[in-house]
Amino acid sequence: MAFFLLRRFGTLIGTLLAASLVVFLVLEVLPGDPAQVMLGVDAEPSTVEALRRKLGLDRPPVERYLAWIAGLATGDLGISYTYSVPVSELIAERLVLTIPLALIAMAMTVAIALGLGLYAASHHGKPGDWGVMAFGQLGIAIPNFWFAILLILYFSVHLGWFSAGGFPGWSAGILPALQSLLLPAISLAIVQAAILARVTRSAVLEVLREDFVRTARAKGLSRRQALWRHVLRNALIPVVTIMGLQFANLLTGTIIIENVFYLPGVGRLVFQAISQRDLIVVKDVVVLIAALVVVVNFLVDVLYAVIDPRLRTQR
Amino acid sequence: MTLLAVEDLTVSLPTRRGWARAVRDLSFALDRGQTLGLVGESGCGKSMTALALMGLQPEGARVAGRIALDGEDLLTLDEADLCRIRGNRMAMIFQEPMTALNPLQPIGRQVSEPLRLHRRVGRAEAEREAVRLLDRVGLPNAAQRAHAHPHMLSGGQRQRAMIAMALACGPDLLIADEPTTALDVTIQGQILDLVIELVDERGMALILITHDLGVIAETVDRVIVMYGGAGVEEASSEALFDYRAHPYSQGLFAALPQIGLARGARLEPIPGTVPDLADLPDACTFVDRCPIAAGACRAAPPPPLAVARGHRARCIRLEEARNRSIR
Repeated sequence: MAFFLLRRFGTLIGTLLAASLVVFLVLEVLPGDPAQVMLGVDAEPSTVEALRRKLGLDRPPVERYLAWIAGLATGDLGISYTYSVPVSELIAERLVLTIPLALIAMAMTVAIALGLGLYAASHHGKPGDWGVMAFGQLGIAIPNFWFAILLILYFSVHLGWFSAGGFPGWSAGILPALQSLLLPAISLAIVQAAILARVTRSAVLEVLREDFVRTARAKGLSRRQALWRHVLRNALIPVVTIMGLQFANLLTGTIIIENVFYLPGVGRLVFQAISQRDLIVVKDVVVLIAALVVVVNFLVDVLYAVIDPRLRTQR
Repeated sequence: MTLLAVEDLTVSLPTRRGWARAVRDLSFALDRGQTLGLVGESGCGKSMTALALMGLQPEGARVAGRIALDGEDLLTLDEADLCRIRGNRMAMIFQEPMTALNPLQPIGRQVSEPLRLHRRVGRAEAEREAVRLLDRVGLPNAAQRAHAHPHMLSGGQRQRAMIAMALACGPDLLIADEPTTALDVTIQGQILDLVIELVDERGMALILITHDLGVIAETVDRVIVMYGGAGVEEASSEALFDYRAHPYSQGLFAALPQIGLARGARLEPIPGTVPDLADLPDACTFVDRCPIAAGACRAAPPPPLAVARGHRARCIRLEEARNRSIR
C-alpha cells in the first residue's frame, strides 16, 4: 500500500511539473512578447521595455522558469499587473468561493447520480429505467449556462426565492452564502449527474451479471440485499474513475457559471485576467487548476486501492 | 423418506423465436442422504435444472411442474420464503470458483454471510464459525486465510471456500454444478472426495451435475442422463455402467476414451450437433441424431419405459437399442 501511494505521489509531482512547463512555454517562450501582449500594440516601446524589466523578461527563460517554480513552491506567486496585489492573496480570496461551490456541486452530482443509477439498474427495462435514461439524455444535451439562465428566470425572477447573482461573502453568515451558491451548484451538477447516472446504471447492470451475484442470491440474499452488499462496491470503480474526470469538467464549468451568476470566484478571476491580459494571474491560476485536477486524480487512485484489495497487492 | 420430489419440471426461456424449453418434463425423487448425478453435454438443461430448483432461473423464464422440498411445493412460495430456504435448507456450489466469489470481500466474511442471514448470529460468532468451516474443508491456516481476499487463494482453495459457504447452515440438499470442471486435474479428485465425505458426514442429499462420466461412476447412487432438456435415462450408477438402454446414453459412453482400448481404436462420436433448444420438435429430443429412429419417434415425446427394476429410459425402441448394443 505504501509503495502504491508513493508511486502515485511521484506521478502527481511529475504531472504538475509537466503542466507548469507547458503553461510557461506557451505564455512566455513561444513567439509573442508577454509585455507587448499586456500593454497592447499601441504601447510606447519604452513602456514595453520598462514592463519587460519589471516582469524579469530580460532574464534567460530557464532562470525565469526556475524562479517561478520556486515561487510556486513557497507560495510567492508574484504581483498581479492589473490589481497590484500579490496573486496568492487574489487567488486565496477567490478560492473560498470556488472550492465550496465545486464541492457542493460534486456532492449533488454523486447523490443524484448514484440514486438514479441504482434505481434505473434495479428497474432495468421498466418505465423507471427509461425515465432515468431520458433524464440522462436531456442532461447531457443541455448546456449548463443555458440551464443556469433558466434557473435564474424561474427561481429568482419568477418565484423570487434566490438572488439572481452575486455573493454576500461568508462573513454575511453561512446560510445566505450557501443560498447564493445553490443555483450555481445545481447548474453545474445537473449535466455531470446526468452523465454519471448513466455510468452508474451500466456499471451496476454489468456487475449484476457477474457469477458472484448469483452466489449471493444462492446464499439467500434478496435482490436488494445482494445489490447493496455485493454489487454496489464492485460497480464503484468505473463510477469513481468518471467522477475524477468530471471534477476537471466541473472546475472549467465554474469559469462560465461564475460569470453567469456574478460570483467572485477563481473562474471569474481567470476570465477577467485573460480579458485584461494579466498574464501573471493567468499563468498562476492555470497551474492552480491543473494542480487541483491532478490532486483529485491522485485521490481517485487512492480511492481505487481502498475499494479494490487487488490493487493494493499489485506492484 | 423423500426429501425432494420433482414432478414434470419444465423450464421455458423466452427467445426471439418463441419459448425454448430448456428442461422438459423432468421428474425424479431424492431421499435424505441420497446422491444423484445429472449427466449430459453442455446445453442439455442440467444447469438450468439446478437453477430452477434454487428458484434462480433467469429473469423472464417460466417454470412449471412441481418441486417439493419435504412436501412443500417451492414453486408456490413467494420470493421472501424462497430467500429463507436458499443457502439454509438447500445450498449450491458453482463451477467457476474464480468468478463465483466476490473479489472485494474477505472469504471469511463471505462464508459467514449465510449464518448471519439465516441464523441471526452476531458478526464475531459468525466469523468464528466461518473459520471452523474453512478448517473443516481443508483450507490451511484457516484463521489467517479467513481474512484473505479471493485473489490471494488458488482455484482449489477458492472452491473449498465455496463449499464451506454452502455448508454454513447445514443444508438438507447440496447442489453441486460442475464443482471440479474449472480445476486442475490433480485437485479435482481432492475436491470431489471432500464433497462426498461431507455429504456422508452430514447426511445431506446431493445433486451432482457433471459432463464427466468418470466422476459419476465413483460418486453417486443414481444417475439421470439428460439430452435436449429431457431426462432420457435414469438408473442406479451401477446399472447404467452395466447397460445403457437409451441410444443417446449408448453414444455418450461410446465416445468416452477407455483404458484398455486397443491403440489406434477410434472413439465413436455421436453424429450431428446438439440442436438449438428452440428448434427441438415436440417429440423425442434425440430423434434427429438417433441411429435407430423410426416414424413413431416423431409423433410424441416418448414416455419413460421400464428397462429393469429402477431403470427407466424415454425411448420407444428399447428392443432395437438392445440389439444394437449387443451387436
